[in-house]
Amino acid sequence: MTPVGLPHFLILSAALFCLGLLAVITKKNAVTVLMGVELIINAANINFIAFSRYVDNDLDGQMFGVFVIIAAAAGAAVALAIVLNIYQRMKSVNLDEADSLAG
Amino acid sequence: MDNIIDQALIIWLLPLAAFTIQIFFGKRLPRSGDWVPTVAIFASLILAINVFGQVLSAHDPELKITRSYEWIQIDAFKLGFGILFDNLTAVMLVVVTLVSSLVHLFSIDYMHGDVRYSRYFAFLSLFSFSMLGLVLVDGFFGIYIFWELVGLGSYLLIGHWYEKKSASDAAIKAFITTRIGDIGMFIGILIIFASLGTLNFAEVFQGIGEGKLAGGLLTAAGIGIFFGAIGKSAQFPLHVWLPDAMEGPTPVSALIHAATMVAAGVYLVGRTFLIYTSDALLFIGLIGTITAFIAATIAITQMDIKKVLAYSTISQLGYMIASLGVGGASSGGYSAGLFHLMTHAFFKALLFLASGSVIHAMHHSLHHLHDHDTDPQDMRNMGGLKQKMPITFFAMFVATLAISGVPGLSGFFSKDAILASALEAALTSHNPMHMVIFVTLLLCAGITAFYMFRLIFLTFFGTPRLSKVHTHAHESPLKMTVPLIVLAVLSIVGGYGDWFEELVRKPEMAGALAATGAEHTSEAAHSAHSLAMFFSILAAGIGILLSMMIYYWKKISADDLAMRFKGVHKFLWNKWYFDEMYNATAIAGTLVVSRISAVFDLKIIDGAVNGVAKATVAGSWLSGLTDNRVVDGLVNLVARVIGWFGGTLREIQTGKVQSYILAALGALVLFYVLQMVFA
Repeated sequence: MTPVGLPHFLILSAALFCLGLLAVITKKNAVTVLMGVELIINAANINFIAFSRYVDNDLDGQMFGVFVIIAAAAGAAVALAIVLNIYQRMKSVNLDEADSLAG
Repeated sequence: MDNIIDQALIIWLLPLAAFTIQIFFGKRLPRSGDWVPTVAIFASLILAINVFGQVLSAHDPELKITRSYEWIQIDAFKLGFGILFDNLTAVMLVVVTLVSSLVHLFSIDYMHGDVRYSRYFAFLSLFSFSMLGLVLVDGFFGIYIFWELVGLGSYLLIGHWYEKKSASDAAIKAFITTRIGDIGMFIGILIIFASLGTLNFAEVFQGIGEGKLAGGLLTAAGIGIFFGAIGKSAQFPLHVWLPDAMEGPTPVSALIHAATMVAAGVYLVGRTFLIYTSDALLFIGLIGTITAFIAATIAITQMDIKKVLAYSTISQLGYMIASLGVGGASSGGYSAGLFHLMTHAFFKALLFLASGSVIHAMHHSLHHLHDHDTDPQDMRNMGGLKQKMPITFFAMFVATLAISGVPGLSGFFSKDAILASALEAALTSHNPMHMVIFVTLLLCAGITAFYMFRLIFLTFFGTPRLSKVHTHAHESPLKMTVPLIVLAVLSIVGGYGDWFEELVRKPEMAGALAATGAEHTSEAAHSAHSLAMFFSILAAGIGILLSMMIYYWKKISADDLAMRFKGVHKFLWNKWYFDEMYNATAIAGTLVVSRISAVFDLKIIDGAVNGVAKATVAGSWLSGLTDNRVVDGLVNLVARVIGWFGGTLREIQTGKVQSYILAALGALVLFYVLQMVFA
């Protein structure tokens, strides 16, 4: 039984990223897509922390992680506000219907 | 004496100011503004008399004050403009302002109720201003400007009643006829400028004195300049406009005939006396003599009171010109001619204003009787007006005595001086032409006395030919009779004393050629003078006597005479057929040329213009085609290509966020694959 190392975290983060991306690309509901975005952000956070523990062994990466969480929270707030506006305008959060930027 | 130029400038510019005010605001001013020009010209008159008094008391024959400005300078080309004031100017200023102001005063009642009353006064001011400018300027260029302005003034005033075809025709005739003379004047000025490079009188005379311009060219220049005088002073052969100018209001005729227009020509010859060679002077003398004779003979037969006076003016102008013409060969011809210009101004203005008074009375009387067909100017409709219009009669009688050369009046002195000069020239010169001039002038003196007394007898004496008209005729109002009285006094006393002769002397040529002038002893002049006086009184006496025989005592019937000499009478009645001759030659010729020009214009010029138009239209069509097909085609092609690309690419722009993300992901994967393949 090998001890838990960097590759394990990277594999976990890659899996998480892929799941998030899948949600972002395939889901029709805007809220679900937002949840996918959070998954992607957290995958990145896991990378930050894993690298900070196994490569540099200092707290820089963890600091970045904290910042990313804050930024993501702010981003989510904005995104949710946009989703609310879309809903008010279209009475739906289905992303397939929000195509008014079509050329 | 120092501010004399300033005073002259004020005298000159007052009428201009009056003209400006009157032409713009005249109609809105009280009394249609007739007082503005009248006050201005009277102020000028007072100043002129003041200046003249100073000149008289200075009594300096050499008096000459100048002030000049540089007007135009382009490289070597220079034109000056300035004022030249000498004794002649002083006299002319008084004569012009005096006659002009009396005419203004007279016009107030004469023109009362006229449709263009205020305009009339404005033009009187313009006319006076132009004439004053003419006598004040110091060079040919300035004199040419005012020469034309005087012509313009006369045109406007002769054509004052332009609704009448005859009046507008007369105005045009006066303008064009004098213009013909002006062409000669212009050529003369050009010759002078080309040879001497200056137009200032003093510099020109100096140049001629130094012999820079001499011989045939100088004679040509002199005769050219004199042509201007022929036009303006109504000399043969350009005299035809003056009788027609009678279409203007009578006070205007007085102004034209006495002080302005026609005096301009005589003044010009006097002012530029030094440029005339002896040949040119002989030409001038002959033209004056011919004019005096032709006009005097025509005046005998005319029935229109103003026409008689018009021909008498032409005749008297001929005298002045002839006198200046013999001025080179005699001691007194120069000042005699200008002296006659002054005395003639008095009695001719008087004659015209008095005839205006008669016409005014006739007109009102006819108006009263509702008779609009009878001509108020025809002497055949007058007669016996002496008792009705005593002041007018008295004034006109004085003027008639003066113009006839009866001893004791102004006209006698000046006419006598002219005849004496002509005789002196005839006796001393070797040219027989001078004798012809003297004899003809003497004959004219007799004729003048004859036709002037004929006018008096027909108008004022005898039984009234139209008794009804006669009963309603009455003396003119005070504003019309006062000028008559003033002028009558001047016609009597204007000739006394020898101040004129002493102040206005023949200018002497400075420089090398000075000595070549003819020399005369005062003895010859003196004996000529006594002889001439005898002849002159004799001629006037015979003329008056003949006139009395025919028109007063009626010993000889005028109609019989006319019948017996039918051919001569008809010839004179038709004014020597000058108008007919000009109609047949100059005017018909001009019309032919005009018609040829019109055809040329219609066929060739218009053809060329139309051809150009057609070529332009064809060119435009071709250019339009190129524009529509080639240029527009290219532009449209570019637009279409870009449109196709746009249409194709817009398919990618779905507007769906997820498809964009998918594309980005795909691109990223592609990028990695490519890197792995090529790295």
